[in-house]
Parts: sequence; structure tokens; C-alpha cells
Amino acid sequence: MREIHVSSITDAVKKLCMEANYSLEPDMIRAFAGALQKERSPAGRQVLQILQQNAELARTRQIPYCQDTGFVVCFVELGQDAHVTGGGLYDAINEGVRQGYKEGYLRASIVRSPFDRVNTGDNTPAVIHLDVVAGAAIKIQIMAKGGGCENRSKYKMLTPAEGVDGVKDWILECIRTAGPDACPPLIAGVGVGGTFEQAARLSKKALFRELGTPNPDPAVATLEKEVLERANRLGIGPQGYGGDTTAFGIHILTYPCHITSLPVAVTIECHAHRHKEAVL
Amino acid sequence: MITVAADGIKEVTPPLSDADVEALKAGDRVRITGVMYTARDAAHGRLLPLIEAGKPLPIDVRGQIIYYTGPSPARPGDVVGSIGPTTGGRMDKFTPKLLALGLKGTLGKGARSQPVKDALRHHKAVYFGAIGGAGAVLSGFVKKLEVVAYEDLGTEAIRRLEVAGFPAIVVNDCHGGDLYQDGMKAYAREEP
Repeated sequence: MREIHVSSITDAVKKLCMEANYSLEPDMIRAFAGALQKERSPAGRQVLQILQQNAELARTRQIPYCQDTGFVVCFVELGQDAHVTGGGLYDAINEGVRQGYKEGYLRASIVRSPFDRVNTGDNTPAVIHLDVVAGAAIKIQIMAKGGGCENRSKYKMLTPAEGVDGVKDWILECIRTAGPDACPPLIAGVGVGGTFEQAARLSKKALFRELGTPNPDPAVATLEKEVLERANRLGIGPQGYGGDTTAFGIHILTYPCHITSLPVAVTIECHAHRHKEAVL
Repeated sequence: MITVAADGIKEVTPPLSDADVEALKAGDRVRITGVMYTARDAAHGRLLPLIEAGKPLPIDVRGQIIYYTGPSPARPGDVVGSIGPTTGGRMDKFTPKLLALGLKGTLGKGARSQPVKDALRHHKAVYFGAIGGAGAVLSGFVKKLEVVAYEDLGTEAIRRLEVAGFPAIVVNDCHGGDLYQDGMKAYAREEP
């Protein structure tokens, strides 16, 4: 049994929160450059160039890429041979969020109750998803999930008869209705199969895959490619000003499903796709 | 006041008159200089009962622009942190009432409802778009910032900004023009 003290978890989460908000990952930087090669719309190209400048400025000045520094969504893969010591795992993660948002000059965007809507002041709590896996390591993935695009995420219970075509059409419908509100170019994280909550969870998990890499299943990869191609024919373009770059990627994860069901959850992610990970 | 700069970009300086607003067309690039007020969901929620009761608001909205944003905290020595726009559509419920009081501009990102577009025509007002997610770049155009109401709301407090050359684009004008609809139409491609 390998012992991992909570303080190392808190330190890691604190660092990930700050870095995610200041420095976009290389996959996003590549996506801006790639889109600039193809975008026909002058307004769209200008938006992409400003977003490149924005990424550079955020990184060098250590100020957030976007003022909405997000809801921290945290996926933890806890090795079954690791023993967390010195306190609770979830408390350690939330303490990391608290310290990272306070010390990093990041915005507090979480209210304690959906009804009384009083800000917690430190961006806690995070939304934490835990998987127990083989080994003695702890992998922590965090995403600073923006609210504007999250509001455009959708869910549909399709029927098996609606099949693959139904799934494609539903993802496209989600991107079309997200339109300019969700800060395109977008990434769609899609969970297909499982139960209601499993599909929703997968739609978030799918966003952690490196942009531009396909699902390892060739049939799913083909589906991703086709939907992306169709999404970029919609004409919404960067920031909705019209153009060819409406989406940067479609990331699908699947799970076995019941004979009666075809659940499809679509998490809409904006171009401020802030994700980082650490392995302890 | 609206003037056209040598580079063709319209310079917008509040307060704006009906004639100023009429000169703005969907798709026009603009630079805003002078005062703007920030307000988003929670601040609008507090303004609404005041409007409905006919009571004075903490800010005089006549001729002004409201910027839908909740900035991130400033580092020591900075005016503000990141300060990009939030989704305008969430304020749709409140906007026609503020336009009726003389508000001339709103600045955000994302589509507005038909009642808001109708109110823009009726009251002669305009909806500007700023680039969502470009909060680091946009912070450079904010020269001064002061909380003027609802400080307890934190990032959602009403702030008075002084901006210089703040870049935006006209999304919805007072003539029914809509940049999002026009843009999408121009670039949509039929499926093969």
C-alpha cells in the first residue's frame, strides 16, 4: 500500500487550477492555428487571431484566459493500492480549488444553493468524479468548465430504432442551437449509452481526450469525423459571426446499453477549453 | 456620439442619442470610449423590482451602455483581471424594461430573443457583441473601474468602467439587422 498525503493532492489541484486558467494546452493552440489556415470568413479569422493573442497574453501575464474561470470538474483515478492519508480526498481537492482560486486571482463563480444563490467566495465546491483503478497512483484531471457553454449542454433519450443517424442528428442539433451563445469554435463531448447519469458523465470525460485524436474504435472515429464535417457546414463560425470553424472537435465515448435505450448526452465546451492533469 | 475613424471603424462615445443609434448597422466594427456600466444576472435581478415599483435605479441608464460581464479579480497594480462578455440572452427578461428607461446599448455575446430585438427597434437601441473568452485581451481597454452598487454581489456588482477604444461589433441594430443570422447564412454550406 502506497501512502499519499492529502497535502500533495491539495498542492497538485491548486497548481492545476491556476495553470489551466492561464495556459491553454497545446492541443487548443494547434486548433487555432489549424482553423486559421482554412477559415474563409474575414471576421472569423480576426476572432481566431484575437483568441491566439488572448492565449499568449493570459499565459505571459498570468491572468485568466476568460473571466469565467469555471466550475472545477475533477476526474480522479484512484489506484486501489494507494492510501490517502492525513484527511479526506474530497476535502483535499476542494482545499486545492480554494487556494488556487484565491491565490491565482481567479473568479469565484459558484453559489452555495441554486435557490438562494449566495456566492461561496472561493469557487468551491468542485464537481468530483471518482474511478478506482489498478495500481498505486492517483491521476487527477481538472477542467475549468465555463457556464455559458455548459448552459447549452443537452440530453436526449433516443430509441434504438433512431440508431446512429439519430445520434448524429442530435449532436448537430445541439451544436446548432448552442449557436453563438456558447462561444464557438466549440468542442462537443458526447456520451452515448449506459444509463441517464452514465451518458452525462461520459460526455464530460470525453472532453479530456487530446483534441485531434480520434476515438480508438474506428466506427466511432468515423462518426466523430462525419459529425465534425457537418457541424462546420452550419456556417455559425468563430463567435457566431459567420464562418467555417464552428467546432474544433467531436469527442464521443460509449458504454454498453439496455435493449430499450439509446441515451445521448452532449456537453458543449467553448474555445476556452481549460484542462490539465497530474499523476501523483 | 458616433464618429468614423480613418480606418473605417466607428468610434462610439456614450451617452448615445437616437440619431447615434440609427447610424449603427449590424456587422459594423466599433470602438467604445468613455463610460460603460457592468451588470449581469444578479444585478439585473435587483434592478427589476425597482423598475417595476417606479423607484430610482442606482445608475442613470439614459443614453448609456450596459456591459454584461463579471470580471475576475485584479492582480495588485492592475485595473481589472479578465473581463470578457457573458451570454446576453440570460438578460432578455430585463432588457426591454431598461431600454424603455432610455438605455441605449447592451454589450455581451450570444443571441437575443425576439422581444429584445423588437424593443431595440421600438426604443432605438443597439446590442453590441464583444469576443467571448477574450477576457485577457479585453482587460487592456479598461482604464478605470469602480464598484457603484451591490458590492455584496462580488463579481456581479454594478461597476462603472472607463474604457478606451474597447473593440466590439454591432450584432443587432435598431433597423432589424442581425449579424448572427446574416453571418450564418453567408457561410452555411449544403451537405453533399
